[in-house]
Amino acid sequence: MAAQNLQSVPAEPTAEQRQEQADREGQAYFDRIMAEDSRIEPKDWMPAAYRKTLLRQISQHAHSEIIGMQPEANWITRAPSLKRKAILMAKVQDEAGHGLYLYSAAETLGHTRDEMMDALIAGKARYSSIFNYPALTWADMGAIGWLVDGAAICNQVPLCRASYGPYGRAMVRICKEESFHQRQGFEILLELSNGTPEQKQMAQDAVNRWYAPSLMMFGPPDDDSPNSKQSMAWNIKRFSNDELRSRFVGMMVEQVKVLGLTLPDSQIRYNEDTKKWEHGPLDWNEFQEVLAGRGPCNAQRLERRREAHDDGAWVREAAAAYAAKQSARMQKENAA
Amino acid sequence: MSPHGNPEEPASSAAEIKREAPKVSTGSTNDSVIEPVEIKSSTTEVSTSSTTGRSGWGLWEVFVRSSRGLSHVHAGSLHAPDAAMALRNARDLYTRRNEGVSIWVVPAEAIAASDPDAKGSFFESPQGKDYRHATYYTKSEGVKHL
Repeated sequence: MAAQNLQSVPAEPTAEQRQEQADREGQAYFDRIMAEDSRIEPKDWMPAAYRKTLLRQISQHAHSEIIGMQPEANWITRAPSLKRKAILMAKVQDEAGHGLYLYSAAETLGHTRDEMMDALIAGKARYSSIFNYPALTWADMGAIGWLVDGAAICNQVPLCRASYGPYGRAMVRICKEESFHQRQGFEILLELSNGTPEQKQMAQDAVNRWYAPSLMMFGPPDDDSPNSKQSMAWNIKRFSNDELRSRFVGMMVEQVKVLGLTLPDSQIRYNEDTKKWEHGPLDWNEFQEVLAGRGPCNAQRLERRREAHDDGAWVREAAAAYAAKQSARMQKENAA
Repeated sequence: MSPHGNPEEPASSAAEIKREAPKVSTGSTNDSVIEPVEIKSSTTEVSTSSTTGRSGWGLWEVFVRSSRGLSHVHAGSLHAPDAAMALRNARDLYTRRNEGVSIWVVPAEAIAASDPDAKGSFFESPQGKDYRHATYYTKSEGVKHL
């Protein structure tokens, strides 16, 4: 628009005013979508804090899938049969896939893949505390599948209805694949439990070690989870941490009977008044320590991720160089 | 590490590992780059201005035909250096369980999309044209095979 136009129409709103107006309209649209429990899509207007919360949650979720490959990948070579190796490889490949679906979802919010990778490798990004515990025996593959993936499913099924479209769609895909993970873990434990006394003991030991960390996967208790309320108002989170945790305990308490094992918690009970399952106290100090980078395997996990990223650099570069060469050749041929 | 040893076994100097563990910031990650970005209407789901990574791997949108007779449906996106690799990656990422019999990959930047802000005017034309639907015609209700 020419300058003389601006002079002749002094009442023209400034860029700032126009932005304010757009934000007001955007907020009204966003609020309507939330009230209807509809979905926000990438190019829609959204509050900056909503975008920020989602970016944090989705990228942390993606990092968790990628780091989560490690405890199990370590057992592929020592899995007790060819079938178990194949199953474990399929599972680890799934985790990689889940990480990639989620990175794609996060990218729609404005982070690049490189930024997220860098943050993870630099130790600036968080991922689920559960993957900083060691997988000591073969029975841990069972306990991880049954308890850790079981807790993940509990958490993730409601996320399929998250208000942000790309996140919900990624979660639908992930949940479909996750149920095989839990069942194969359950089977490993069942087989060990029906084996020799030593094998049964190994299964029980793994359940004992993974029980509390898997309960802590649902996050801090509700009165100590300041972001939960806002996430629920934004229809990202559908149930509170304690609610999901209680449901999970209720499921596990039945399933463990089929396994012929026990949960290492004498305080599990069904509260008839609240209609909720209750469990013994959890060590939230430990949770905070692990989250802060001081768990048993934090350094090891990050180091391994860094190595894998660096070792793979030549492959990425070679593929890009090949693609550039091919496209140059094509252009030359077309020009000739 | 011995070939059959458990790499998960905590190192003898476990205390050392803990001490060396990098401090993970307790705040959110990368706050500085999470500001809303300007939206380009030429990409589908991706709102970043640059879709090609440092390594030169661009963003591709993946469409999968789940079985013969059905159309290709958007499955998701991925990064790849060229079309051949994009197809292979798409196969590994989106069809690990027989989800498809055919895949299309399209460079994300080649997709033109309608502007979400122009929703109202862009899709205005069918509004108020109920007569384009069979349900508009109620007098024939109860007449068989109509």
